[in-house]
Amino acid sequence: MPQPLVRTNDFVIKFANVNGSGSASANQLFAKSILRMGVPISPRNIFPSNIQGLPTWYEVRVSGEGWLGARGGVDLMAAMNPQTWDKDVAAIEPGGYLFYDFTKPLPASKFRTDITVIGMPLMEICNREYSDPRQRQLFKNIIYVGALAALLDMDIKEVEKLVGEQFAGKDKLIAPNIKALHMGRDYALANFKCPIGLRVQRSDAVGDRIFVDGNNAAALGAVYGGATVCAWYPITPSSSVAEAFTSHCRRYRTDKETGKARYAIVQAEDELASIGMVIGASWNGARAFTATSGPGISLMQEFLGLAYFAEVPSVIFNVQRGGPSTGMPTRTQQSDVLSCAYASHGDTKHVMLFPEDPAECFEFGALAFDLADRLQTPIFVMLDLDIGMNERLCAPFKWDDTRRYDRGKVMTHDELEAGTDFGRYLDVDGDGIPYRTYPGTHPTRGSFFTRGTSRDRYARYTEEAGPYVDNMERLLRKFATAAKLVPAAIRKDAPRATRFGVIFYGSTSPAMSEALSILGRDGMDLDALRVRSFPFGAEVAEFIAAHERVFVVEQNRDAQLRTLLINELEIDPKKFVRVLQFDGTPITARFISGAIGERVTSANVLPLRKAVT
Amino acid sequence: MTYLQKPKLHHPALPKNKLGFTRRDYEGAISTLCAGCGHDSISAAIIQACFELDLPPHRIAKLSGIGCSSKTPTYFLGASHGFNSVHGRMPSVLTGANLANRELVYLGVSGDGDSASIGLGQFAHALRRGVNMMYIVENNGVYGLTKGQFSATADAGSTSKRGAENRDSPIDLVAMALQLGATFVARSFSGDKQQLVPLLKAAILHEGAAFIDCISPCVAFNNHPGSTKSFDYVRAHNAALNRLDIMIDREEITAEYAPGETHPVALHDGSRIMLRKVAVEHDVHDKLAAMSILQQRHAAGEIVTGLLYLAEKPDDLHAHLNTIDRPFNALAEPDLCPGSGPLAKFNAANR
Repeated sequence: MPQPLVRTNDFVIKFANVNGSGSASANQLFAKSILRMGVPISPRNIFPSNIQGLPTWYEVRVSGEGWLGARGGVDLMAAMNPQTWDKDVAAIEPGGYLFYDFTKPLPASKFRTDITVIGMPLMEICNREYSDPRQRQLFKNIIYVGALAALLDMDIKEVEKLVGEQFAGKDKLIAPNIKALHMGRDYALANFKCPIGLRVQRSDAVGDRIFVDGNNAAALGAVYGGATVCAWYPITPSSSVAEAFTSHCRRYRTDKETGKARYAIVQAEDELASIGMVIGASWNGARAFTATSGPGISLMQEFLGLAYFAEVPSVIFNVQRGGPSTGMPTRTQQSDVLSCAYASHGDTKHVMLFPEDPAECFEFGALAFDLADRLQTPIFVMLDLDIGMNERLCAPFKWDDTRRYDRGKVMTHDELEAGTDFGRYLDVDGDGIPYRTYPGTHPTRGSFFTRGTSRDRYARYTEEAGPYVDNMERLLRKFATAAKLVPAAIRKDAPRATRFGVIFYGSTSPAMSEALSILGRDGMDLDALRVRSFPFGAEVAEFIAAHERVFVVEQNRDAQLRTLLINELEIDPKKFVRVLQFDGTPITARFISGAIGERVTSANVLPLRKAVT
Repeated sequence: MTYLQKPKLHHPALPKNKLGFTRRDYEGAISTLCAGCGHDSISAAIIQACFELDLPPHRIAKLSGIGCSSKTPTYFLGASHGFNSVHGRMPSVLTGANLANRELVYLGVSGDGDSASIGLGQFAHALRRGVNMMYIVENNGVYGLTKGQFSATADAGSTSKRGAENRDSPIDLVAMALQLGATFVARSFSGDKQQLVPLLKAAILHEGAAFIDCISPCVAFNNHPGSTKSFDYVRAHNAALNRLDIMIDREEITAEYAPGETHPVALHDGSRIMLRKVAVEHDVHDKLAAMSILQQRHAAGEIVTGLLYLAEKPDDLHAHLNTIDRPFNALAEPDLCPGSGPLAKFNAANR
């Protein structure tokens, strides 16, 4: 048998549960307790498209060094689901640990000899202590958290404190939960050698960071960005954006005097109606958004073309999941890059923002509304399930109270009254962006007819070739302006000059940082560029030009951002090397460093014939 | 056809409304529809209604989908903001617009293809949400712009211009609107201006979802003997329940109504409708009676027109959502942005 793993503040624990068994809040309690000990964690829900009965997992990576990407592998498996037992046991790293409920004995063939097995009679304890079946189920979860706290040498005071916070307002639930916690802890202390090789040691590596999920952050960004209308249709993994917006609005947007709402949230009949309402509200001068995922984007195509061509601001939070078709609705991917970039029929291009974590979900969530108004076009905020639905440690959110919303080029009553020339599609200063008016502004001036059919600079219907081309070319100028306004890509160079570069975006960020560290340690230097938006700024082309080979790391099959780079920057495809993980699990540093490391090593070895001559 | 300009000089003796506008001020560009199209009569009726209601044109938003009917907003209210959206999706765009600014008057203009086929879902949901609007379907039972295909409101047994017979059951949008919760439901005929103009006025004043199904014969593709949406057919089978007069701002009821002939009905905004009964007794507040009379007359081969239903206590989407009185598009940072203080608290609560 290999030596049991001995690791402090650097391991992965995975809980295998049954969906709907109440395990989620217990697992979160466990994870957050480690965070309160000052040790960074990154938890991930791995869940089925199901409400009750199917297997679900919660994985917590504990990393004193602060790596927040998925690591891969499991060091301690809390196997609470007989359905997935064999797979769960097989997933444990050699020398790892298995924690399970041994109330019902299992044959020896169900175990491995190269791991440490810790069996605890959880069900027996619960049946003895509780008579109500639901209580047995719920407290079982808390009991195993107590036992794990002992096994991992966690500070039980932090767990107790969190229980208090979790049930604040429902105070009578605190004592029974604390009791269950100690039941588990006491059993572990009395029956096992505590701690095991895996330990949590108090640290101060968390700092002032906050722990929040990206959907919640994006929704708060929409509140701060001044959104008043949210129209949405439920779809995993984006529904919690609208739900979080609802709860934030109740808190921050209820008129204190009248109790009335300074917001409107409509659960539409489908995604077509959602985006239609967003377009109608934005046309009429409110800030509006929808939240959706891939299938919703597909349904919105016609309307997105209208918003692009008629130049109506709109904000779409796309929390990406596995496609095509229904694909893997509860798994993560970055596979809507192209369907958003060129959404709709005809010649279209759309602005996209790629947040790397909840802090950027908040920042871009607010910024998207300024960009939409400034550019008068749809703005896609491209989250994915990994950052959208998992809590992630990130920088605290910031807001400058002197910041004013950029409502873009809106002609006012006074300007119209003074006789300013108003042409809805007239480019007055060369940036491709025309002025608009809010309906009802002036009794006799500034009204116009919005349509998806072609029109001239003064919004008059025409099917003439000249005005159509004029308009389409102006839209290209506007897109060039967009490239200067969107968040620039962030470059991080290797300590030594290198001919290799790597481009990545969105939720790949933490795994990429770790991969760069692994590669650097192995003597492979790469300059890295995190793309944060589309259209690409000049810095993206410069970065590519400055490197011989550029790896493009993505979470989709078809290397969609690579296609976009080739297409929009007119770069030789051979320059780009695909690094793709698209199996629905979050990308890992192990995968990236492995894939890049292999290619860099082979590229550094001279071909045999050349070496000879 | 933007090259066709209407003369801007008005006759000095043209009557003016309370705002000093003439009827011409409510007109739009010259229609490009076929000569004699029922839709043009509806446009004229909308112009008349808005003129008579003294509505400031710039406070009206006219929205439509795609099709012949959806082209018509170009031909009326040229000083109003218009939005020609995508096929069948006017209701969602109008809903969003209404949420952004509750102070404008919203006219939703659609057709039978737009509302009964591709947009049936949006038609249904806008009505059940109670969006404050006047939603008119210019119903000719045929796809005009694509040259004569049946629409979903075409009666079973009616024939196309080329002689093909429609075997599918028709969708009766009025029956649906009643069931879906519209708080004002009427049907009219583009050839009956006396009935249509007051209905439009009442629908515009109505504070809730007002729906009018207006039979509007298509002279190019659906005005032949086998059609049940032709001028001749509708004239011969029109079972008018009532005709209306609108009394705004508690004007005195003039003596031209003999007692027993008229029946005053209050609108939510304080105006009153004087209903002149024509054929049968019908209580406009009785939804069940409306549904029943609709079915009975349909079975008898008649087309019921007039005001079928008016909710006694209508409300609208803003009431459902309890939104503030001010338009959302007038709100600024102090109303919308919680600022750095609450954000610091949010951060602290998530550590």
